Amino acid sequence: MSTPIFIRSIIVTAEKNIKIYYKKAPVIIFGLLFPLFMFLSFYIGRKIDLALFFPGFIAMTLFFTASSVGPLITPWEKQAGTYERLLSYPVTVNTIIFGDILAGLIFGMSITTIVLISGIIFLNIAIVNFLLMLIAILLGCFCFAALGVLLASPSSRAPSNVMMLSSLIRFPLIFISGIFIPLQELEGTGLILSYLSPLTYLVDIFHLCLNGTSMLPIWLDLCGLILFSCVFVLAANLLHKRNLAKGL
Amino acid sequence: MDLMMGKEDYAIKASNLTKSFGSVVAVEGVSFAVNRGEIFGFLGPNGAGKTTTVRMLTGILTPDKGDVIIDGIKLRKNPVRAKMRMGVIPEIGNVYVDLTAEENLSLTGRYYGLSRELIEKKTRELLTSIGLFERRNDLVRTFSKGMKQRISFACAIIHDPHILFLDEPTEGLDVQSRRLIVDTIYRMNKQGCTVFLTTHNIEEANKLCARVCIINKGKVVAIDRPEKLKNTFDKTQSIEVSFDQKIDEESLLHGPILKAEVFGDKWRIYTTDPDKAVKYIVTLAQEKGMKILSLTTCGPSLEEAFIRLTGGGG
Repeated sequence: MSTPIFIRSIIVTAEKNIKIYYKKAPVIIFGLLFPLFMFLSFYIGRKIDLALFFPGFIAMTLFFTASSVGPLITPWEKQAGTYERLLSYPVTVNTIIFGDILAGLIFGMSITTIVLISGIIFLNIAIVNFLLMLIAILLGCFCFAALGVLLASPSSRAPSNVMMLSSLIRFPLIFISGIFIPLQELEGTGLILSYLSPLTYLVDIFHLCLNGTSMLPIWLDLCGLILFSCVFVLAANLLHKRNLAKGL
Repeated sequence: MDLMMGKEDYAIKASNLTKSFGSVVAVEGVSFAVNRGEIFGFLGPNGAGKTTTVRMLTGILTPDKGDVIIDGIKLRKNPVRAKMRMGVIPEIGNVYVDLTAEENLSLTGRYYGLSRELIEKKTRELLTSIGLFERRNDLVRTFSKGMKQRISFACAIIHDPHILFLDEPTEGLDVQSRRLIVDTIYRMNKQGCTVFLTTHNIEEANKLCARVCIINKGKVVAIDRPEKLKNTFDKTQSIEVSFDQKIDEESLLHGPILKAEVFGDKWRIYTTDPDKAVKYIVTLAQEKGMKILSLTTCGPSLEEAFIRLTGGGG
C-alpha cells in the first residue's frame, strides 16, 4: 500500500468516526461526564491544593476522552452491519486501526486543550514547559487512543459489553497511577503497581510541565509512554486481525 | 467440469480456496475463473460457503490456502490495489445510517481516492438515477430497506469498478428497487463491467448469468451455462394448461404424458415429447367440448438442476 493511499484512508476513516461516533452517548458519558464527576467527587468538600491536583485532573481528562472513542467504533460497526462494507473498501486492518486511533487522539486533544485553557484562565495555572506539555498531550492522546482501539478488539457486536470491559480495565489504571496519591507518597507494591499504568508517566510529565518537579527522569516518562503506545498498537493489530471475522 | 478456461485473461481467478473456522471447514479447494465482461452467478444452499468465498474474493477474509487474482493483481500481495478495481455489495453491507445519502456516497468516493469535483458529479448522477436525489440530505436511518439498498448499490459503483461483487443484492426488495438494480447491473455489464452475482434466486441467476457456479458443502459441484445445467439432469419437460371445465387426471394420462398434477387453477403435465403431448391435449379438448384458456410449455428448470446438484432432491 503506497504511503499517500495509506494516509488518505486513515484520514477518511478518522473523519467518518468523528462524524458518526463523537455524538454517541457512550462517548459523551465515558469521555466527558465521567472525568468531570470523578474530579468533583475528589475535589468538592476536601481541602486539596488545586495547583497540585491539576496535573492529575488534566491527565485523567486526557485518559478518559482519548480512550472513550476507540472501544465503541468496531463493535458499533459490527452491530450496524457496516464493518463488512468498510473492509471491502481499499483499506487494510492497519488503516482502520490508525483511523480509529486518530479519531480518539483528536477528541482527546480537543477536550484536554479546552480544559487546560480553562485552567489557565480561571485557576491561574501556569505552564512551566510549553513544548514538553504539547509533546506529552500528543503522546498521551496517541497512547490512550490506541488503548481504546485495543479494547475494541474482542469480537462482541454489543458496544455496551465492550464499554463495560473498557471500564473494567480503565478504572484500575487510574487508581494504580499517581493521580490520586502522588508518586512521592507511594511505596512498596503500590509504587511497583503504579509503574504498570501508562497514566503514571503522563501525570509525572504534567507535574514537571505545570509544577516544575517530577518523580521520574523525563526520558523515562517519555520512553514509558512510547513503549505502552507500541504495545497497544501491536496488540490491537494482532487481536483485530484474529477477531476480524467474528461478529461480521 | 469446466473449472478453468483455456485463456489466462480473467477478471477473477480463484485457485484452490480453502477456509476453516475452528474445526469447521467452510470452503475447501474452490477454484474457478470468471471472464472479463461476464455475468457470473454463484449459487448454493444456505451454509454452502457462498459468503465465505465472496469474502475471500473481495479481500475481507484471508484464505487459509489458495489464491485470488483480480484483474491480474494478486489479492494477497496487493489487497488495496485489487480492491480499487472492485465494487462490493456485501451480504450484510449496510450503509451508515447516521450519515445522509450524500455523505455515504461522498465517504465511499473518498476511500477510492476520487476528486471532490468527481464525487459531487457522480453523487448527483447516481442519486438521480436511483430516484433519491430529493432525499440526498436526509439521514439514511429514515429510509426504507429498498432505499438503503439502492444507496448501498450506488456506493458500490461510484468509482466505476471493473468488477462488481453482489452478495444477494435483491434479497427482500420491492419490485421497483429490484428492477432498478437488475437494470443497472445490465447497463454496467454492457459497458464492460464483470459481475459476480451471489444469489438464492435461481430464476434471477438463470435470467442474468452467462455461467453459474454451484457450491455445496464448501465445494464446487458444477460450473456451466444455465441451459447446459438444466439439460444435464432432466430431459422431462412440462406443459401448463388450463381448461374452462373440470377434467379428471385419468383422461390426461395417455401416450407421451408421464404425469399430471393440479397446479393452482391449472394442470401441470410432464412429458418427454412436448409436441405429441400438446397435440393430444388439443384433441382431448375438442373431444370433450372444452375450451383451452391457456397453454404454456416449460423446459427443465435450473432449480431442478440446483436441487439435484446440491442433494436437495433426495
